[in-house]
Parts: sequence; C-alpha cells; structure tokens
Amino acid sequence: MKNILFIIEKEFKQIFRNKAMLPIIFVMPIIQLFLLSNAATFDIRNLKIGINDNDKSTLSKELFRKIASSNYFVLTSIPKSISEAETELDIGKIDIYLEIPPNFEKNIINKNIDNDNTIYMLFNAIDGTKAGLGNFYLQSIIGDFSGSIIKYNKSIYFSPEEMIVFKNIGITYSNWYNPELNYNNFMLPGILVLLVTMIGTFLSAMNIVREKEIGTIDQINVTPIKKYEFIIGKLMPLLIIGTFELIFGMFIAVIIFKVPLVGNGLVILSFGIIYLIACLGLGFLISTTTDNQQQAMFISWFILVIFILLSGLFTPIESMPEWVKYITIFNPVKYFIEVVRLVMLKGSGFGDIGRHFLIISVFAISLNSLAVMRYKKTNI
Amino acid sequence: MKRFFAFVRKEFYHIFRDKRTLLILFGMPLAQILLFGFAITNEIKNADIGVLDNSKDVTSLELINRIKASGYFKLAEYGNNTESIEESFRKGKIKLAIIFDRDFGKNFQLGKNPELQIIADASDPNTANTLINYISSIVMSFTHEKNINNKISLINTEFRMRYNEELKGVYLFVPGLITIILMLVSAMMTSISITKEKELGTMELMLVSPMKPYTVIIAKVIPYTFLSIINSAIILILGKFVFDVPIQGSLILLMAEIILFILSALSLGILISSITDSQQVALMISLVGLLLPVILLSGFIFPLENMPLWLQYFANIIPAKWFMIIIKSIMLKGSGITDIWLETLLLAGFTLVFALISVVKFKMRLE
Amino acid sequence: MKELSIKVSNLSKRFGNFVAVDNISFEVDKGEIFGFLGANGAGKSTAIKMLCGLLEPSSGNAEIAGFDIYKETEKIRKTIGYMSQKFSLYEDLTVAENIRFFGGIYGLNKNEIADRTKYILDWLKISNLRDVLVGSIPLGWKQKIAFAVSVIHNPKIVFLDEPTGGVDPITRRQFWEMIYLKSGEGITIFVTTHYMDEAEYCNRISMMNKGIIEALDTPENLKAKYSSVNMDEVFLKIARGK
Repeated sequence: MKNILFIIEKEFKQIFRNKAMLPIIFVMPIIQLFLLSNAATFDIRNLKIGINDNDKSTLSKELFRKIASSNYFVLTSIPKSISEAETELDIGKIDIYLEIPPNFEKNIINKNIDNDNTIYMLFNAIDGTKAGLGNFYLQSIIGDFSGSIIKYNKSIYFSPEEMIVFKNIGITYSNWYNPELNYNNFMLPGILVLLVTMIGTFLSAMNIVREKEIGTIDQINVTPIKKYEFIIGKLMPLLIIGTFELIFGMFIAVIIFKVPLVGNGLVILSFGIIYLIACLGLGFLISTTTDNQQQAMFISWFILVIFILLSGLFTPIESMPEWVKYITIFNPVKYFIEVVRLVMLKGSGFGDIGRHFLIISVFAISLNSLAVMRYKKTNI
Repeated sequence: MKRFFAFVRKEFYHIFRDKRTLLILFGMPLAQILLFGFAITNEIKNADIGVLDNSKDVTSLELINRIKASGYFKLAEYGNNTESIEESFRKGKIKLAIIFDRDFGKNFQLGKNPELQIIADASDPNTANTLINYISSIVMSFTHEKNINNKISLINTEFRMRYNEELKGVYLFVPGLITIILMLVSAMMTSISITKEKELGTMELMLVSPMKPYTVIIAKVIPYTFLSIINSAIILILGKFVFDVPIQGSLILLMAEIILFILSALSLGILISSITDSQQVALMISLVGLLLPVILLSGFIFPLENMPLWLQYFANIIPAKWFMIIIKSIMLKGSGITDIWLETLLLAGFTLVFALISVVKFKMRLE
Repeated sequence: MKELSIKVSNLSKRFGNFVAVDNISFEVDKGEIFGFLGANGAGKSTAIKMLCGLLEPSSGNAEIAGFDIYKETEKIRKTIGYMSQKFSLYEDLTVAENIRFFGGIYGLNKNEIADRTKYILDWLKISNLRDVLVGSIPLGWKQKIAFAVSVIHNPKIVFLDEPTGGVDPITRRQFWEMIYLKSGEGITIFVTTHYMDEAEYCNRISMMNKGIIEALDTPENLKAKYSSVNMDEVFLKIARGK
C-alpha cells in the first residue's frame, strides 16, 4: 500500500508542473460557469415581431400594445403587407409577423363571430422550439385579451339565464422550489455536473495513455507494483482535484449566482465523490483500450457527448422516446444531474435518493474493476 | 510535386491505420444526427404528474381523464394527502401536481367558480411553464364545452410556420451538427496531429527534408479536408433522406461555403499548433477556445437573442456563427449568394486573418 | 558449479504471420555481462520484453533468477531492473524526484531512498543536478541516470534495451564503466545494442538476425571463428550468411 503514496505524490507533482493543465483545472470551471450560465438558456424572450394593424381601432391598438410590451417580444418592424413581411422574415429582420384584420373591433362588438375576424400569424420556424413557444405566447395573450373582453361585457354576450349557470374553473398555480422561475437555478447545478464529468473523464483518459505514448509505462510495468495500486495511485490525485472543483463550483453557484442550496451540501459532496470515481474509472478504461492521446480524446469526446445529450441537462428525459429512456438507465451523468437538482432545489436527503447512491456505486465499482482488468502489465 | 503526394499519402496512411479514430470520425456524426433526430426534443410529452382528488366525483374524474388523454401527461401518482405529493416531488417522481378541493365538482355544477390548484416543480422553469400552460388550455376547453353557449370565440387565429411546417428540431440540428463536426475534424484533429509530430520529434525530421515548411503543413491538412467534406456529405444525406431536411438552395453554393468554413477551421487548427508543442494543450485550447464557443454561441442549441448583450457582441467574432447563418439560409430558406454575401465575406475575412497569423507564427518558430 | 541467472529454451514470439523471435535458447551466468547484438528489427527488443514480463511469449520457456516467466512474473519483477530504448525517466520530474518515485514503488523505505539518492548523486558526480528537471538534462546524462535508477533496488539482473542509443562515444565509454562496476557487484547485465564496438565489452555475446540466434560465444572466440579483426566484420559476415 505504501507504493500508492509514491504514485500519488508523483502524479501531483506532474500535474502542478504542467503549465497547460493548471489553467485548465482552475480557469476552465470559472469560464464555464460564467459563460454557460449566461449562454445556456432556453428562456425564450425578445422574439423579433412585426405587427401590421389594419384596423387601428381602440381594441386593436390595445392588443398591439399588449403584445409589443410583453417580455417575450420586441417590435422590430411594422410591415405593410404579407409580402413585405416575408422579405423581412427572409433577411432575419423579424421572427414573427402578426396581422390584425380590418374591422377587428367592429366584429367583436357586433358579435359578428365568423372567419372574418381572424388574426394571421407567420413564423420563422427554422428553430421549431422558438416558433412553437412564440405561437404559444401569442395565443395566450390573445386568449387573455378576448377572455377579459367577455368577462367585463358578460351582459353583451350572454343571456341572463346563461349567466347564472356559467361554469368556470379558476386556476391558481404555485411554482415550487423556484418561485421566481430563475433559469440559472436550473442550469447551474447541471453545469456543475458537466464540469466535474469533463475534468474527471478527460484527465484520466489522457493520463495512462500519455505514459504509454512517452514510453514510461514499461518502466512502471517491470516493477513489482500491483495493478490496483497503480490505478488507485493514479485515481487519488484526480479525485482530489475533481472534488475540489466540485466544492469550488458549488461555492460559486451558491454565493455568486445565488442558487439556493435547500438540502445538505454534504449529500451532494458524497454523491459527487462516488460519481467522480465512476468518471475516472471510465477515463481509465478508455485509457487502457487506446494507444495514443488523440484516440483517447476522441473516444472520450464521443461518449461524453452522448451521455450529456441524454442526461436531461438541456432537454428533459421525459420527452424522449421510450427506447431512449431505457438507454438513459445506463447513463451515469443523468443520475448526478438529478441528484444535484433534487438536493440543491428541493432539499432531498439521503433517504430520498438512496436508489441513486446505489446505482452510481455500481457504476463506480464496475467501471474501475473493468479498468483494472483491462490494464495489462504483460502484453500479448 | 511527387514528393508532395508521397507526403499526403503518408498522412492518409496515418489516418486509415488508426481504425478506432476512423470509426469515431464516421460514427460520431451518425450517432449524433440520429440522437438529435429521434431522441432530443424540447417538446414535452408524457410528463409525470400527481393528482390529489379530494372531490372524487364525475367532474373531477372527467377532467382527469381529459388531462390523461391529452398525451402530454401521465398519471404517476394518485395521492391521498398533501404529504405524499410533497414526497413525490422531493424524490423527483412528478413534475406537477393537481389538487381538487372537496367541493370542486359540486361548485362547478352550480357555476360557483371552484378553484383548481396546480403545483409545478419549477426547478426546471421552462418545463413548469409549459406544463401549466398545457393544463390551463385543457381546463379552458373543458369549461368551454360544459357551457350551453359554447360558441363564444371572439377572435380566431390562423398561423403558418414558414420554412419548417412541422416544427422539426432536426431542421436546426443538421446545420448545427455540420458546423460542430467540421470544427472538430478540421481544427481539433489538425492541431492535435501537428502537435503530435512535434512531441514525437518527427516534425523536425520533416522540416529538415528538402520540402518547404508550408508544403509539409498543406500535406498534413489535405486528408482532414477530405474527411470533413465526406462527413458533411453524410450529415446532409442523412438529414435529407432520414429526416426530410430539405436543401432549398444551390448545392454548389452550399458545398463552396462548406469548403470555405473548412479552410477557416483548418487555419485555426494550424494556428493552435503553432502556439503549443503539447497535444494536451492543443486539445484543451481546441475544447475551450473553439468547441465550447461554437456549441454555445453559434445559435445551435441556445438562441443568441436571449443572451446578454456582451455575449451577443462576442459571438460576432466566432466564424461558426456566420457559417450557421449561411448554411441555414441556403438549406432552409433557399437563399442565394446575393442574400448572404456579407456573411460570406466575413467568413472569408476570418479565414484570411487566421491563415496569415499562423503563417507568421510558424515562420517565427522555425527561425 | 556456476549459478544460472537466465535460462531460455525454445522461446518464440509471433505477431500474426510475422515471427519476431524464432525458437531461441541460451543461458546466462550470474554476474555475467551478456550482449544481445543485431541490426534494428532483428528481434532483440522483443526478446528482452518477454524476459522482463512486458510481453507474453507465443511458445517456449524461460527462467529468470530461477522464476518461471509465465507463473512467477511478480517474483521476477522484484528481482530485475529494466531500462528501455525509449526514455524511461519522467521528464517533468527532477532527478531526485525520479529516484524517490522509483525507489518508492520498489518498496524502499525513507532512509533507504535518502541513502540511494545520495549514492547515485555521488556516484555520477551530479549533486548539482539534484533538483533539475530531467527534461532539461542532456541525453547522455539522462541515460546514465536512468541506468543508476534501474539498479536502485539492487536487482539480481538488469535488462538494458539499447541503453546507449544516440549517445556520443565518450559518454558511452563512461556508461560501460558504470556497467562494469555493477557487474563487479554481482549483478547480471543483459544488454542489447547495435553498436558493434560495444560488443567487445561483453563477456559473451549472441548475434541475432531475423529472429534467430546465429552465433553465441565470447568476442574473442567469435573473432577467431570468423577470422575477423573486429566485431563489425563478424557481424557483416554473419549478416551476409558467412
């Protein structure tokens, strides 16, 4: 066991002497947290809209004002016709075109409810999500608008008998765990996971394969050192660095970005350590199956991209097809993202996430055992 | 010239010998486009919800059935009390809970406007918002039907989704994926493969050969250019035939722009390899300096207009942003060169600048 | 009776259809300097890697210090030292740190490491290089340090795979003086080289060509047998098929 200490010592010296690695270990997390938290948002706002009001009545102007002043839209143009709007859509001046028909107000007041009173909308739908949400926002603004007209003018639209039994349901809703709907509260914990995953997997994947490439691995292999001693010796320094990154990242998230930490940080930390061991094991496994750093890098990149895309970090897992959901069972990243969000935002404790602990431990043990098994001191 | 081809051949050998890298190079775009096309979607379906029905009558049951039938929700929890709902939230079992008051059904029938209480897990604000909106519209149409005079609809709407009628996510992913793969293969692979030769000392061997340094570099990048072109072709073909992503504009213009972008990525790769001698450093610079900005700031996954202004300005110096605009316009809007000349010019400008800097840098290091 | 240090019988290594080492057999006595000569690609490195336990033989047997190379690799690893053709010290560690690391993983304790560090620095007269990064030391010195490190745990046998590759003649001479010193202490030296002048320094040499041992004897006997003035001539005659 004493041998392990010498490997740990050597690894630390090498890491801290590597001028390239230091900035990566200490600067990358900060850049990622700041950049990603600002950039990684699906919060759709400021859609560029062009409105053509053909009625110019009190009601149409009211609707115009409601849309233009909403947070979701920015009025960037007032096109005169559909063809003009289409050109503007082509050159990207507007994302959405909305046209209020003539006689809009008159039709409403006269209860002239036929197809004449139709608001026409045109969307740039290359980004389907954006267009879909834009449509949704507009529909609800228009729905609210007509709802309030009905509400304040019930006597115009209903007979007294109808009014008595007019059935309605009021909806009250509360947003738990994140009442201000702060998007950063959602993204930052996930980014934290991303960070730890990338550091853990990349550093370990490059590590053993680097010794292979420069030839020092043979020098180690002729010594009486045990395989597990070697892997543990390599794992410890990276584990310590990774844990440090996690704590550091959590501090930034909580103190600078004010992400709430409802639960116990120690739960995240202890889960994070097991998770890191799994990531490092994955990296070492990649390391032992490749011949050079380029290969190791590519394979890690490939695996990580798939893991991250299927982790629920950016897009919810619930919306994926059933067969993909089954695949995500084998995705360690998914579990840590769930845990971080559960603990930070909802205050879940050990009891709530026992299953997650169990699963991630299985990952950690099997990935590392595989790595130790795959690592051969004697080649064939 | 003969020597030059010998060189290019050697580079091809390097690449084709390395079966693993080759597999990844071609497997990656394939796997990613399939993932994006089939698996990744922002649309929410089958969200797990919990119901606490204190009313348990015809109205509440009917409404619950209506919600279940919508396809957006899946009943994961039929709770008995508030505590069990809370626990389900904490364990991450449900995203939203609906609570019916005891007299909900009775009050509804009497026209007394009962309240329906909805609790959303807003730790994911977007999903919470969307789910609440879904529920509201289901409830609205429900009440609408229950009224005698249900024809009330003062304003109709009609809309058209231009360029992408079915709002398919792949429309955006195909151009995005091409951009990323080109960046990965052209910039990252070249920088790593050049620094590798430096690390192993074989670069010096080649530089002492009678060949000019720049021919050495050109020979090194030709195979990667080929790989990049093949990769983008694979993505375009898959996009077209598997996911019906159209190519509205001119294919020749599209290919020309792709080659222009490859050149700009290659010169970035050479630039990186002229700054450093270590593969790890080259890798990390490519990751942090190229791929991260490309993924984040090209408008591929995250819409640019929602970002803070300083980031939007910063995005302007990222060639990938302009390339994304170009390729989206050609593929989906059918734009011609007259529509995108400015972006093309900018991209060409970037390429020229990067190429010049790397030539100067390389000369400096050799002297 | 002489004590045997290495005993090889019918050892072969095939990579697919390519036979790198073809049925070689030989014995090395304790304390002997045994040279393994041959052109590049003759199979020297493959043979040495099999004896060190870095590569599994395709067939045949070998015993290192009485231990079987299939079953007792862990015991073998405790009794041998190895220095490879590819550079074997960490360039980003200092001389003292390299000594400390390798001493440590061979199981030396703190005092032993301190003793050995002092011994090596004095032996090579490089106390001034103690805290210098290995990467910034000239190649010849690196190789000498690497040799000193490969015998840090007083192995019974040390395997040197092209230890003097790319080194100037004076340094090579000094290197061989170090080898003699260690041989005098009873360590068996197994060395591969393609410098024929170095062959003269060995007690016995084996000439390898295309995976086969063509000749095995003392340098004097070989020169007499092939009626040559130096080993270069012997080698050329063997390579040309006499």
